Amino acid sequence: MSNNKEEIRIGVYICHCGHNIAGAVDVVGVAEYAAKLPNVVISKDYKYMCSDPGQELIAADIKEYNLNRIVVTSCSPLLHEKTFREATTKAGLNQYFMQMVNIRENVSWVNENFDDATEKSKDLVRAAVQRVAFQRALEKQKVPVNPNVLIVGGGIAGISAALTMANAGKKVYLVEKESTIGGHMAIFDKTFPTLDCAACILTPKMSSVKNHPNITLWTYSEVSNVEGFVGNYKVQVTRKPRYVIEDLCVGCMLCVEKCIFKEGKFPDEFNQGLSKRKPVYVPFPQATPLVAVIDDKTCIHFKTGKCTQTCKTACDRNAIDFDQKPEIKEIEVGTVLLTTGFQAFDAKKVPYYGYGKYPNVFTSLEVERMVNASGPTEGHVLTREGKAPKSVGIIHCVGSRDEKTHKWCSRVCCMYSLKLAHLIKEHTGADVYNFYIDMRTPGKGYEEFYDKLLHEDVHFIRGRVSEVTDWITSPEEEGKLIIRAEDTMIGMVRRIPVDMVVLAVGMEPRDDAQEIRKMFNISCSTEGFFLERHPKLAPVNTFTDGVFIAGACQGPRDIPDSVAQAGAAAAEALVLIDSGHVELEPNTAYIVDEICSGCKSCLNICPYKAITFDLEKNKSSINVALCKGCGTCVAACPSSAIKQNLFEDVEIFSEIKGIFVE
Amino acid sequence: MAVYWGAACGGCCVSVLDVHETLLTVIQHADLVFWPIALDTKYADVEAMEDKSIDLTLFNGAVRNSENEHMAHVLRAKSKILVAYGSCAHMGGIPGLANFSTKEELLSRVYDESPSTVNPDKVRPQHEYKVPEGTLEIPNFYEDVCMLDQIVDVDYYLPGCPPQTERLVEVFLAIVSGAQLPPKGSVIGVSERAQCEECTRIKSDNRSVDRFYRPWEIEDDGVSCFIDQGVICMGSATVGGCGVRCVKGNAPCRGCYGPVPGVTDMGAKIMSTIATALNAEDENDIIKAIDSIEDAAGTFYRFSLPASKIRRKIQ
Repeated sequence: MSNNKEEIRIGVYICHCGHNIAGAVDVVGVAEYAAKLPNVVISKDYKYMCSDPGQELIAADIKEYNLNRIVVTSCSPLLHEKTFREATTKAGLNQYFMQMVNIRENVSWVNENFDDATEKSKDLVRAAVQRVAFQRALEKQKVPVNPNVLIVGGGIAGISAALTMANAGKKVYLVEKESTIGGHMAIFDKTFPTLDCAACILTPKMSSVKNHPNITLWTYSEVSNVEGFVGNYKVQVTRKPRYVIEDLCVGCMLCVEKCIFKEGKFPDEFNQGLSKRKPVYVPFPQATPLVAVIDDKTCIHFKTGKCTQTCKTACDRNAIDFDQKPEIKEIEVGTVLLTTGFQAFDAKKVPYYGYGKYPNVFTSLEVERMVNASGPTEGHVLTREGKAPKSVGIIHCVGSRDEKTHKWCSRVCCMYSLKLAHLIKEHTGADVYNFYIDMRTPGKGYEEFYDKLLHEDVHFIRGRVSEVTDWITSPEEEGKLIIRAEDTMIGMVRRIPVDMVVLAVGMEPRDDAQEIRKMFNISCSTEGFFLERHPKLAPVNTFTDGVFIAGACQGPRDIPDSVAQAGAAAAEALVLIDSGHVELEPNTAYIVDEICSGCKSCLNICPYKAITFDLEKNKSSINVALCKGCGTCVAACPSSAIKQNLFEDVEIFSEIKGIFVE
Repeated sequence: MAVYWGAACGGCCVSVLDVHETLLTVIQHADLVFWPIALDTKYADVEAMEDKSIDLTLFNGAVRNSENEHMAHVLRAKSKILVAYGSCAHMGGIPGLANFSTKEELLSRVYDESPSTVNPDKVRPQHEYKVPEGTLEIPNFYEDVCMLDQIVDVDYYLPGCPPQTERLVEVFLAIVSGAQLPPKGSVIGVSERAQCEECTRIKSDNRSVDRFYRPWEIEDDGVSCFIDQGVICMGSATVGGCGVRCVKGNAPCRGCYGPVPGVTDMGAKIMSTIATALNAEDENDIIKAIDSIEDAAGTFYRFSLPASKIRRKIQ
């Protein structure tokens, strides 16, 4: 250790964090205790260490007492390590001579006994005091940031972010899994609370994406591999074959018209299966790019090889290519925005509401398509028998706020149910019943919209629906679906017979969210949505630098919030790009050549592929830029030839000893 | 010069005898004043010597009873240079594995349970026993097996089970020739790096082991790294110096030379390393592989349990 000879002079600072810490820990006692520990020159407690005066206190003491090590005993390093490192740097001391002790999340918030909490705080301070003496001065490494950005998911969040970044002059790669961008918003008819047409506001943005010189749009494509680190990601995108050459197709629909199938035969995904499509199709008229796609699971050519290929003959631009193969694109980007969205809750998982059993139980997305003028029923709300319903029940919170399915509130269902109630009423004049638990309408103009509905003769029944059934108890219920629900307003169980039931399905993480999470090395919260770095202060950042999240992949949210988040994520990415470089934390591993015996134990265990073997030297070597400091190789090295900055054995063992030995 | 054995098997003393005719060179430079295996010097004679009157003492064996401890203190006082000679004095060695059991478990195994024991009266060794002629004493059997430096201050460590005789001669000649000696506390006669550096077996870049084998369970190809073949070899966690003797004899390294300098827990290190070789998809694969290791703790801590972080079984 280089610092063996220098005199260690430690300053210890105990933060009250208002009452957060001081209410549960004897902060003055801890400060007095710390003052008596070896090498501690000064020990103080202060109301808010993170405040300006708190930080200045550290800086002033470093100068006055000639301190060369700092221990700040406060909250989680996640929150304020940066703050106190900067305060240390300001006073001319290397920032890695500062060690934080978390006595808020780890002590005051989780201990009920004042004396225990105080003792534990002392133990942790003692450990840090012993550790910090061994810490060494380290420097951050600077690496340039590639200005290109990858955006995964072409829903409204991805579209908004792509346009923002592209307008800022950055090269954007927008990758979408489906054959068109637009996401869920493209499915909707009107948007709440303004009732403006979703397509009218979305499709111009979709075309802007298509035509923007700075945007490379890859639909029907998926990210298949990610390597590298913040500012320098190498990404592999697999473009699935759509069997139609994108550059040649103009979306004239001749191929669709001339397909050997005279009529659509397969459930149309875009219309939620309410209509049929052919194997060659364009999902909807404003699909972007407006390029047909051939579904190889239903196309006769792919199934039997015996199709006369009428589509191919029909295409006068020779755009159809049955031999298309998956195409791998390799790109280099500096930042990544994940806007992969959500999936609707599968209503079949709550069988007591009868979806899939009773034909006239629909999901909200199906009704969205029905009320849409270009939808399968051309804007008519119809039962499966093709009749306009006289009464419709909308059940809220299907797959939301429910111990059995998802505990969370999906945030959008109350509002879209009100919207659908309004539209159904407008289209059919039916009696519409809303069954809700609580009406949640926080948002600009949302409560006003609810108020408007209250005056539109829509019925509201406050209570949870227990079941939807066709078991009738009176002649007037004949041929109807019965919604049984408690009406908490009048304190009784009611049976409401209706012609049509609409299930307001909630939002849940996509099935492939885990796969994406692993690929980009980010975390998910317990329910499976992508985890933000901080729920309030870093909602679009992740714990992986350079990877940002926006929209419903992070949690249920509506269009305005998704767009706002997309803007925030774009801004965060732009900050990184425009700063030109990133500083890499020096908590990386390094190999001491004099000790490495070349046993190769470390070679295949690095999750970041940062370790290679130098045949000439017969030793391993670590690429510092790729190393994330996970410590796996450090633990694995049988000779302790691999060491990790900030986590050297002597630091860790001193800390452990400090905890146990007074 | 003195040679003493604590809790030892005698192999270290034999390794000293293995100097063969070089013994003549040795006794040319030094009188052998105490060596229980070869000379008839009594403890009382040693106790009567003046402090620091022995130039060099090779202490082999661990310290596991009051006799070992007493002689460790006596020899420390009488010796200018005290060398912990061999794995047991260095790290606790094979006797140190007794720390995986309590004293009671050991005694009950030996005096009650072992199949060859007939002891209907449940006789156990006593520290003192009164007979008509007076009181008989045998050493106190300790709960713990210690390595030498847990008892007394040690100048140098010469590792190995047993140490290479060549190393002993080198060290001896260095001392008598008045050469510059390494700093006190050094492990001598070793390299700076693990065995793998000298080992000529071919190591894979991408280890993938489904289960582990004891050496007799596979046919060694003689060419590939033992770990690649699924045989536990301690070489990567063991400091070089012996000349990779075991592996050259087609037996995996057992780790008697101790860890590479700077390693805090040799057993933990080799365990982590062995884990890197595993080809495991899930927890079951891992459990299966671990189950294929016979006596994992005894294998990984074969020579170093008292010197390790775990040190012993909690009572």
